[in-house]
Amino acid sequence: MEKMSRVTTALGGSAISGRTMFCHLDAPANAISVCRDATQVVVAGRNIFKIYGLEEEQFVEKLNLRVGRKPSLNFSCADVMWHQMEENLLATAATNGAVVTWNLGKPSRNKQDQLFTEHKRTVNKVCFHPTEVYMLLSGSQDGYMKCFDLRKKESVSTFSGQSESVRDVQFSMKDYFTFAASFENGNVQLWDIRRPDRYERMFTAHTGPVFCCDWHPDDRGWLATGGRDKMVKVWDMTTNRAKEIYCVQTIASVARVKWRPERKWHLATCSMMVDHNIYVWDVRRPFIPFATFEEHKDVTTGIVWRHQHDPYFLLSGSKDSTLYQHMFKDASRPVDRANPEGLCFGLFGDLAFAAKESLISGDSNRKPYLGGDRRYPIFFFKKPDLTEQFAHVSSALSVFESSLESKRMDWFVKTALLYLLGGKPFAELCDHNAKVAKELNRPQVSTTWTMLRLMFSDPANLSTPGPNNISKLGNLPLMNSFSMKEMGTESRLDRSKGESRQDNIHLEPGNSLINSNNDENEETEGSEGQAEYMFGDAELDDDDLYSMEHEIQAVEEQEYTLPQEAFPLRHEIMDNPSVPEHLQQDKADSPHASGNEAEVMCLTPIESLSLIAISQPLFSPHLPSRFFCPVVREMLSHYAEQGDVQMAVSVLIVLGDRIRKEIDDLTQEHWYMSYIDLLQRFELWNVSNEVIKLSTCSAITCLNQTSTTLHVNCSNCKRPMSNRGWICDRCHQCASVCAVCHHVVKGLFVWCQGCSHGGHLEHVMNWLKSNSHCPAGCGHLCEYT
Amino acid sequence: SFIPPALRRAEGQKRSRQSDFGVRIPRPLGNGPSRFIPEKEILQVSKVDPRTQSIFEDAFAALGRLDNISLVMGFHPQYLESFLRTQHYLLQMDGPLSLHYRHYIGIMAAARHQCSYLVNLHVNDFLQVGGDSKWLNGLDGAPQKLQALGELNKILAHRPWLLTKAHIEHLLKAEEHSWSLAELIHAVVLLTHYHSLASFTFGCGITPEIHSDGGHTFRPPSLSQYCVCDIANGNGHGHLEERRGNHQVSEVSGEVEVLMERMKQLQECRDEEEASQEEMATRFEREKTESMLVATAEDEECVPSRDVSRHFEDPSYGYKDFSRRGEHVPTFRVQDYSWEDHGYSLVNRLYPDVGQLLDEKFQMAYNLTYNTMAMHKDVDTTMLRRAIWNYIHCMFGIRYDDYDYGEINQLLDRSFKVYIKTMVCSPEKTTKRMYESFWRQFQHSEKVHVNLLLMEARMQAELLYALRAITRYMT
Repeated sequence: MEKMSRVTTALGGSAISGRTMFCHLDAPANAISVCRDATQVVVAGRNIFKIYGLEEEQFVEKLNLRVGRKPSLNFSCADVMWHQMEENLLATAATNGAVVTWNLGKPSRNKQDQLFTEHKRTVNKVCFHPTEVYMLLSGSQDGYMKCFDLRKKESVSTFSGQSESVRDVQFSMKDYFTFAASFENGNVQLWDIRRPDRYERMFTAHTGPVFCCDWHPDDRGWLATGGRDKMVKVWDMTTNRAKEIYCVQTIASVARVKWRPERKWHLATCSMMVDHNIYVWDVRRPFIPFATFEEHKDVTTGIVWRHQHDPYFLLSGSKDSTLYQHMFKDASRPVDRANPEGLCFGLFGDLAFAAKESLISGDSNRKPYLGGDRRYPIFFFKKPDLTEQFAHVSSALSVFESSLESKRMDWFVKTALLYLLGGKPFAELCDHNAKVAKELNRPQVSTTWTMLRLMFSDPANLSTPGPNNISKLGNLPLMNSFSMKEMGTESRLDRSKGESRQDNIHLEPGNSLINSNNDENEETEGSEGQAEYMFGDAELDDDDLYSMEHEIQAVEEQEYTLPQEAFPLRHEIMDNPSVPEHLQQDKADSPHASGNEAEVMCLTPIESLSLIAISQPLFSPHLPSRFFCPVVREMLSHYAEQGDVQMAVSVLIVLGDRIRKEIDDLTQEHWYMSYIDLLQRFELWNVSNEVIKLSTCSAITCLNQTSTTLHVNCSNCKRPMSNRGWICDRCHQCASVCAVCHHVVKGLFVWCQGCSHGGHLEHVMNWLKSNSHCPAGCGHLCEYT
Repeated sequence: SFIPPALRRAEGQKRSRQSDFGVRIPRPLGNGPSRFIPEKEILQVSKVDPRTQSIFEDAFAALGRLDNISLVMGFHPQYLESFLRTQHYLLQMDGPLSLHYRHYIGIMAAARHQCSYLVNLHVNDFLQVGGDSKWLNGLDGAPQKLQALGELNKILAHRPWLLTKAHIEHLLKAEEHSWSLAELIHAVVLLTHYHSLASFTFGCGITPEIHSDGGHTFRPPSLSQYCVCDIANGNGHGHLEERRGNHQVSEVSGEVEVLMERMKQLQECRDEEEASQEEMATRFEREKTESMLVATAEDEECVPSRDVSRHFEDPSYGYKDFSRRGEHVPTFRVQDYSWEDHGYSLVNRLYPDVGQLLDEKFQMAYNLTYNTMAMHKDVDTTMLRRAIWNYIHCMFGIRYDDYDYGEINQLLDRSFKVYIKTMVCSPEKTTKRMYESFWRQFQHSEKVHVNLLLMEARMQAELLYALRAITRYMT
């Protein structure tokens, strides 16, 4: 009752006035607190403990409480609080673990009243009971909270949080017996002051320390907490379980949080590190501070509203040794500077545009949006409140629908699907693509394809691969050149080169035995260097390999995909360099290794090269095709700029080497990227993959080699194996053990889909040549196709 | 055993194959991972504890090696896990610095303490990630940017309290050779990590890896017992000391009991007799001054082997007790700048997740306990651990307002203080005798525990100074 009357007098009396002002302190402040009638403020820190009077124009130093020749550590304050009922009573928390009370009514210079040294570690917080004169609560680093009766020499009760250091304690404003405590491990506990044995409830509020908490002055159940995780959270404590109702994400760890008087949704925060500003947030709008005070030059350590019923004055102390009084009207408003426009595309090409109403209102051309009121206010409305000086913010949202033509990209999809980019002679490709374009009613494109065919293909279309091959051999090691050349000629003669080559070796032992052997060895062993050389070069190498396969297994149709395995196989090669011939076998069979298909599909750089190689420039007797290059280059740029990057890329691929050197790599890469992006947006994965494959830019082709991860489960415990494919983290078993040799399989692993046993590819293959049952002895009749 | 059988088999095969070709086979020189701790005991750990075993497996699979440091830390699997996670993040994961920079900084930091073990380890790694071998000829060969870091490295390693914001500014504002804040934080964390790891390496007498210099010999086993690593470190008299150590054991039995009795007394009488504030302040100062008088080993000037010293400049610069020459350095108050409140936020802001990792590691080291002391069980060792931690911070001039430094004198005896001081301030001078002469009845695992505590406390102390300087620069 007494309190009520006082409050009314305080408000009824002369209204608080003043301006934004500051004064220099002698030392950094750790905490500040005001007396009830808002006329004085106490500043405490390691080396400062003073009382300042708040006057109209300035701060006036009233009293220095730090007395004595050699000030003891009891003066080194981590926190200070002025009693809100008894204006002569102050309490401080000292860094050495002492809790000290001060009586300003004492006549002597030393105002120290009581000294409690019960805490073993630094005391982080002291808090007076809001209505009870003699009750003081403290929270310390040692994990205990203590309640003191100031009429006694010792604490009345001790509360053990059982969970690390206490960072803040706050009596509830409304519940006489309740207080909240926040902890370094992220917990918040609620206690009943009468029951020191056990907390009433506990919940985890933050990850990492909770530095501060504050009860809402009006709303009984609301508790705001701030933590090192840079968040301010508002909890509703009235329900059974503490419920997070608001969350504000700040940019630095939150050191203090204080509800703004008379404003239900507002709270002020300051941070512990890096950020020196004080923010006032509207918790309903957590993305932008409602107001900011930017005066301090170092971190703000203490904030307090000057009067518990006045929302316009905020006091703050800082490490920069200043004490500020901030006027709310002088605060900067980030909202004013924020960009109020927003723009976004919808899934079907609709465009939404939000802007301040004032900007749009002049425009009368708009049709109402079908989805609802077109002037849809996005931001909440503030009740017009003159004293708040808060800009009335409302925005209008316009949605622009794209016309029915939105299906107009059909041509793109069809074209992408129907175009042929490789696999046939150049002229045929052009013809085909011209036809596709014509059918889609795009005459210009169609004509372009026809023109290209005329420009670049030779009427006498007799390809002579021989010379090309020889020219390519130029950059091979000399050792190989001999046999390669031979192969080149052979390849034109007949398709069954395998035999003829074998003959060759047998027939001419004196001539090329060493070379051939070298050649063969390198290919079969597949050392890394050799492998690269195979990728880098033409189809003849591939043929060469097919020839070996013919002998082992005649898998005609698979031949063209065989070289693809070169990549995955390289792992295998490194594992078992001494096993000869397995490379060929793998090549012949790996298309059937079901488990590896995903990988195989992705790693196919060889094919592209061989396809491009088919379309080698064919020197025409009359106009050199190079003559057209500038024209074609311009044409491509034209298409690309018009937005038809599809055409540009398709032509680029079909023309291949004929045009590639004319256009700089960056542009090419840019086109490729755009086209691939488009294709993927239309979910044309196959086409996009083909384009990647056929592209000659290294930056593009490598796209295919990303995300080639294969996820496997452990064969013992059936859980996913996270780190490595061959040892399980959980059961510590080597999961993929070869059923034949009982060693770990680290490369290609083939398994039976019936009984799920398997092992090294070549081991399983050999086994199944002579057996029909599973090598693991499970009795399953494994089929191996 | 710590290596999965399949791997061991592969290893064996490789070696036997090599011998067929007449390749010289290296033989390990040291006996086990540590010169101080019997090999048997270390290997025992991983046999018994499945958790250690699995951490070892992980570490091996991630790095393709299991270094001796990890083996020794295997005594404390909880800590080891946190340590490896942090180290892996610092060296391998996303971060502001490129991989070869990271290893090079590791080399610089370890070289500051002439820790050839770590230097060799990271020279290999450095080359493996594509580092320029010219840099290894000395700091002069490295880019100017790294050269500029030399000064910070030097101060941080030996006298971190001298670090000011001017040093930070010098690094950040060097035009084209300047560091970004994020890079600097990464570098600082690496430097402090390797300084303290060097302490651990010497403190536990880690022997060189078999593949690095001084770790192997090609001589057949019978020829001689000549041990390169011992010579390099000036500790060739192991046998002699061992005998002397054994001799003394009988005299010191009961040491543990005395220590426990003291802890109990402190616990009890603390509430009664409250020292005055002045007394507390003097106690801190006294402990600080005394820590300087603790002689670190034989004070002979140890000339660093040329091989390692080329990675840093100014080899004469070492730990100098602050205020010995009257230069007064203000005491660093933890209450004003602590790891939990300030350091963490700064690190996490500029190098995300690392703050969290370090925080976990510090807490793990500080709170680790098995409630045992030598042969006694169910002992609350909080007080002892706090004393050790605070004593190290005290040596760096960091003061806890709420700690009574008189406790240190009660709990840490002189030989222990000598060991701590040597290990933290000039680890290269740690000898086997020192290791053996403190806490003689304690087990090796407990001594490793102490080493972990020392290492982390040192790292935090250095970090605090460095981060405070950076904070001051930023404000």
